[in-house]
Amino acid sequence: MVPVTWYLWLAAILFTIGLSGVLLKRNALIVMMSVELMLNAANLTFLAFARQSGNIGGHAIAFFVIAVAAAEAAVGLAIVIAIYRTRGDVNVDEVRALHE
Amino acid sequence: MQAELVLFWIFAVPLVLTALGVLIARSPVYAAMNLVAAFFCLAGIYVLLTAHLIAFMQILVYAGAVMVLFLFVIMLLSLGDEHLQPERRRVMQYVGVGGALGLLSVLVAAISRLPDQAMGPLANPDRFGTVKAVGQVLYTQFLLPFEVTSLLLLVAIVGAVVVAKERI
Repeated sequence: MVPVTWYLWLAAILFTIGLSGVLLKRNALIVMMSVELMLNAANLTFLAFARQSGNIGGHAIAFFVIAVAAAEAAVGLAIVIAIYRTRGDVNVDEVRALHE
Repeated sequence: MQAELVLFWIFAVPLVLTALGVLIARSPVYAAMNLVAAFFCLAGIYVLLTAHLIAFMQILVYAGAVMVLFLFVIMLLSLGDEHLQPERRRVMQYVGVGGALGLLSVLVAAISRLPDQAMGPLANPDRFGTVKAVGQVLYTQFLLPFEVTSLLLLVAIVGAVVVAKERI
């Protein structure tokens, strides 16, 4: 049997890759893809602990995470389209109208 | 169970490689394709964890619906070739990646403190993670969050149309 810690390590690596993507990439689309990676890492942790404890509640939480991620992707991509329409660019460093 | 170990590595190694591919890919389309591959590998990992319903939803919702949405937006934006050039890096970005690696070390330290117990056999292995089992929990214990999720999706649909449409 694969110990639960291996799944947790895998989730930690996946979360770190996603976080690095959010911090390193400047294209808003790839930043959102990295956020999806981080959400999936959280899901993997939920499912690993659900499998270890035999508690099916973790599966329900993973279900809700997927639903929220779908909603987040729809709204986030709509915002990306709106930004592209007004600025002609999707570089997250250039979008600082509220900051200035 | 040697087969589970082999399958874990078969899915885990491509998962990490394709996830890194999202970061390394030069064009957003390649990044999206890497992400689809990563989601498929992750679905395999979910099956290893006897989460069959979530594995199917992973493929249907993530690899299917969400990634099609991403590819459609990439197509709509039609970014020019200047976006394929290597980006100008700032010092703060490298500091951020260093912070992410620091988080990884903290997580690994926390995980290695856990008692390294192998996952025992399930009490009811043929009913764990199936549509029936998860559905039963969703409609009893998690009924209110389940209904609120439908409201959330409705708000997301309306919000996406309002934000993205030029003229309502």
